Amino acid sequence: MSVTATLDGVPRGIPASEAGPASKRIVVAFGFWIFLLSDIVMFSALFAAYAVLMRATAGGPSGVELFNQTSVAIETVCLLASSYTCGLMSLAIARRQHLLTYLAAAATFALGAAFLAIELREFAGMIARDATPQRSGFLSAFFTLVGCHGLHVTAGLVWLIVMMAQVAVRGFHDVVQRRLRCFSLFWHFLDIVWVWLFTVVYLMGVRP
Amino acid sequence: MTDTSYDRAPGDESAPLETEESGSSGLLVYSIGLLLSLILTATSFWAANTTLLWEPGIPLGLAVLAVAQMGIHLVFFLHITTGPDNTNNVLALAFGMLIVTVVVTGSLVIMTNLNDNLMPPAELMHMQR
Repeated sequence: MSVTATLDGVPRGIPASEAGPASKRIVVAFGFWIFLLSDIVMFSALFAAYAVLMRATAGGPSGVELFNQTSVAIETVCLLASSYTCGLMSLAIARRQHLLTYLAAAATFALGAAFLAIELREFAGMIARDATPQRSGFLSAFFTLVGCHGLHVTAGLVWLIVMMAQVAVRGFHDVVQRRLRCFSLFWHFLDIVWVWLFTVVYLMGVRP
Repeated sequence: MTDTSYDRAPGDESAPLETEESGSSGLLVYSIGLLLSLILTATSFWAANTTLLWEPGIPLGLAVLAVAQMGIHLVFFLHITTGPDNTNNVLALAFGMLIVTVVVTGSLVIMTNLNDNLMPPAELMHMQR
């Protein structure tokens, strides 16, 4: 009987019980998937806190006075486009194209940084109008939730720079490819969190 | 033999990435995802600001649009499918979503109930007199 190797180097036609552990590529990505889901659980607690405290403005400014939907729409498009270019980066990596990988990574980084810059400008504007996290329960919950997502995006941008340095130094080594796969999972996951964020905070939050 | 021994890693594309042709189909998948997401996002922003729709139904509609967009992201960007080689990924996701639902709805129900049972400050003042 001839055994043909698959993409993962796992022989086909052997029952799972006899084939040994799955390849490192699968194990690493699945472990990171579990981490992302636990991160989503953490975000769900922050979302619950925001939903509970949404009306607790303590006489301070409310969402209607503070949020600017145009800048939120621009942020959304930036993050969505960066998710798309991150997907293009995965395709370039699968085809071992250095130049395309760098270009897609640069676009992802630029769009992510643009998102972060708009968000920070929004925060600075709110703090300048005395809408600080100490002002009310609503603002504490808002800054915790949106700031936590912003911190994740910042971490993702640093991670992307590190990964590009690794591609430059080590090329498309197996280890580097596994890390890049985890990065793209992380980046797409951040966009899913943002979908809920703009829906709950910026669209539902401004309704009377 | 065509049966696969292991589940697919999350984020893996379904087609093996060996041929040139699968690269362009991958591009198509991401582009469809981007287009659908943009349409859903635009619909969300429109629904939140329009006066054409029934007011009390808008938050529910926004939630439905967000769930739909989450599905689009999972299918087109993260390549999660219902196929037999994706069982582990889908099960982990389902468990995560269960915890999220319990945390969010549980918090909201309990806090609303507590708020309703709380004595209004005016009444409290009256009792102290």
